[in-house]
This record gives sequence, structure tokens and C-alpha cells, in this order.
Amino acid sequence: MYVAVKGGERAIDNAHAWLAEERRGDTSVAELSLAQIREQLKLAVNRVMAEGSLFDPDLAALAIKQSRGDLIEAIFLIRAYRTTLPRFGNSRPVETADMACDRRVSATFKDVPGGQVLGPTFDYTHRLLDFKLAAEGELPEAPTAPPRREPTPHVTSFLRDEDIIQTEPDSDATPRDITREPVAFPADRATRLQTLTRGDEGFILGMAYSTQRGYARNHAFVGELRIGTVAVEMEIPELGFAIEIGEIELTECETVNQFTGSKTEPPQFTRGYGLVFGQTERKAIAMALVDRALRWRELGEDNVGAAAQDEEFVLSHCDNIQATGFLEHIKLPHYVDFQSELELVRKLRREATAAQEAAE
Amino acid sequence: MTQEISPHRRKGWMSLLASADAARLETLFARLDAPPAHEWLRVPETGGVMVRGRTGGTGAPFNLGEMTVTRCTLKIAGGTVGHGYVQGRNKRQAELAAKLDAMLQTDAAEQVEERILSPLRTERAARKDARAAKAAATKVDFFTMVRGED
Repeated sequence: MYVAVKGGERAIDNAHAWLAEERRGDTSVAELSLAQIREQLKLAVNRVMAEGSLFDPDLAALAIKQSRGDLIEAIFLIRAYRTTLPRFGNSRPVETADMACDRRVSATFKDVPGGQVLGPTFDYTHRLLDFKLAAEGELPEAPTAPPRREPTPHVTSFLRDEDIIQTEPDSDATPRDITREPVAFPADRATRLQTLTRGDEGFILGMAYSTQRGYARNHAFVGELRIGTVAVEMEIPELGFAIEIGEIELTECETVNQFTGSKTEPPQFTRGYGLVFGQTERKAIAMALVDRALRWRELGEDNVGAAAQDEEFVLSHCDNIQATGFLEHIKLPHYVDFQSELELVRKLRREATAAQEAAE
Repeated sequence: MTQEISPHRRKGWMSLLASADAARLETLFARLDAPPAHEWLRVPETGGVMVRGRTGGTGAPFNLGEMTVTRCTLKIAGGTVGHGYVQGRNKRQAELAAKLDAMLQTDAAEQVEERILSPLRTERAARKDARAAKAAATKVDFFTMVRGED
């Protein structure tokens, strides 16, 4: 229960003034520019765009600066900003098969057309602190090789040709939009994917990890992980045709999972899917595992009671802005609530003491 | 004078202008001889576009998240209408894109093509190639160790 309380304005103003000063830190140290954040803390920018659900690297950089590097606070700022934007329309579904890949690896096939392209990865680094980075210095140019200009086909397309992997329904149905209507259960897959892609990376990671440890294990292989840019096309009503309104960076993960079969269908691999803004591969892999776990009903599997299979549990708790809003509100004044609790406990204690005395 | 333009060509230049670097576009725009004045039909406004993906890359659409887009519509002297749709929040870039869209439908098309679109196209291809070349250098060459068994 909230009751309007007056007072505290001066304290609040002064707290915010001090916050601004603390945000700046020691003024003998150069101030961070948005371009520095955008270029040099790019993975933080990507996370803020993905979970803020708005692709705009400059805005994400501003949010990170304003939030002093508290990424959930930055995501909150982006979510608040995006509600102020008029919606111009919806894009055509992006063609990830046409992605200009910076990175593309498959854990299932060694030799795939297009090859295993590592890209700018932390994999195979030794995870030893590099003290050279503590000093400024020029970098050597990264080596180059003749570029690939043609699209890189999806790994799952090869399994599809052999008909040993479940196909995705060919559909152009308008998906439900969780920013326009609340999530209802049971949720369709489009709703689940939209919720997961902007869900908290840590939460999705934990859920995905729980499936690997045996809570609704689904035996996932990373069929393909690709990171790169795709063009975004939108139909322009005043023109009567579609144009590219820009380019965005995406991470896509397709898992190939334990097969199912039935009396009518021969055994087949199943799939999980992750697609996230920016270079965000931990999140995309985790999303694919959780997507797959949530598909138990449509794939005719048993619900073993695992958390990752419970869509109401996963979808209702993966949003870090909803979670932080409810969690952190309990630190705000609840004086009246607490007064009533206090009165109640005192009364109960009086009664208990009286009853005890009467019994003696 | 407005010429008949194929949607395919117009899509090409509008797409190029949408993801151009705003500062670079400004520099190139300054190279035009006397760009025309304009009146607004729709002043620049920033909004969001919901980007969609497909399940499994090929299946049913789902909503992935939004991106910022700035758009405007103007009319240049002579009456030709131009639309600008650009990624991000730069209103000046949207204005230049709309003005160039209008000019590309007039006799000025050749000059715009030569001084703006052509360099933008070349630079974009070079940028893409430079990234693709670095990616190509990280492609794994597998080799199999030959074991000493007959």
C-alpha cells in the first residue's frame, strides 16, 4: 500500500546532484564519450540493445553512461525511451540466410559450405589478464583473406534436404506482440521467442544450464551459431514497395536436439532457436536451449516438472525490468503497511502473554 | 520534371541512403550544384519499427525487437515529392535522403548518381569487403594427422 507523503524534496534533489558528481568520478580523469562506449564496450551496448529491445547503439551507449555501467538500469532507460516512440510499422522477417557473417561455426558438421569461421571470438583465449591493455598502444591490423561475397547457407538446410530434421511451419501469420498485448498462457512460440530474446541473459543462461544438468534434458548440439549483419526491409505504404531501412547485427543459434518419432513419422531431430540483437552468443545459445525445453507440448514429450519446461515460470520471470521493478520497490517507503503489521504483532503478543499468564 | 522511375531503382537508392553515414552524406551533399529548396509535407520524426525474425530462420514470423528510424517527406521546387527513411535518429540525414530521393526523379538524377550514390555504393562495398576479408582470415583449415598404420 502506498500513501502520498510530503517532504524529502530537498534530500532527493541533493541526492541526485551527488549522483551526477559520482557518475563523473575523478575530474582529473578524462570523461568517457558515447563513441568510446559504443566502440570499446560494444558487448555491453549489445546487451542493452537486446534486453532493452531497441536496436540503436548510440542510445544504448548513452544509457550505459547515464546508469554508471549498471546494465539493468541502462536497459530500464531504453525500455522507457522506446515507449515514447511512435510505431512506424513492422519489418519483413529478416533473412538470416543472407547474413554477412563475421562468425559462423557448427558443432555438428566439420565440413560445411562456407566453412567454420571463428570471427572476433573470446574462444581459445587463455583467460589470463592481459596487462598490455593497461597501457595504450597501437594495434597491428587483423590479417585478411579473400572475402566471401555469396550468402552462407544454414547448416540445418542440409539436414532438411535429407528430411531428418523437423521442418518449421511455412507461415506468414502476424505474430502476437508482447509490447501491445499482455502474454496469455499457454503462449504460442512467437510470444515465447519475443519474450526470451529480450529476457535477462543471466536468467536465460541459468534456465538453459538447468536443462543441461538434467532438468528436462534435451541433448542440444549447436547445429550452427552465426553472427553478422542483415538488412531490415519494411513495406513503405506511401511508396507501395519495400525498402531497406537499415542494417542490424544479429546472433543466431540453431540447436539440433534429441530426435522424436511416432507411429506416423520416422525418427527426426528437433530444433531450438535463438535470435538476439548484436554479438550476444551466450544469450543466443541459452535462448535456443530454453526455446527447445518449452516446446515439450508441441513435440509430444512428457512434462517432467522441470522449471525450464514451465512457460509461465520462465516467461513471467525472465524480464529483468519487471523483476527489478517489483524487487526494488520494497525498499521504498512502506511506513503505513509496516505500521499495521507492527500493530498486529504487538496485539498478538499481548494476547499470547495474557493467555500464558491466565494459564499459570 | 519528374521521370518514370522503376520501383527497383528507387528501392536501391533509398536503401543506400537509409544506412549511409550521416556525416559522409553531408560532405557529399555539399558537392552538388545548387540543391533545390523544399517545403515540408511531413517534417522529420523519429519512431520505432518492429523488426521480425522467423522461427528456425525459415518458419513463422515472431517479433524480435524494435529499431529507431527517422522519416520525412518533402516537395522540391518543381513539385517532385521525396521520401526519406533512415536508420537511427538523425533528422538532417532523413531530410537529405528525402531531398535526394526527389532529385533522383528529376533531371538532376545524373549528378546525384555520380557525386553521391556512386561513392556511397563503392564505400559501402569496400566496408563490407573489409569485414568479410577479416572473417575469411579466421576460417579454419582442418587437416588430419596421418597415423603410422598400414
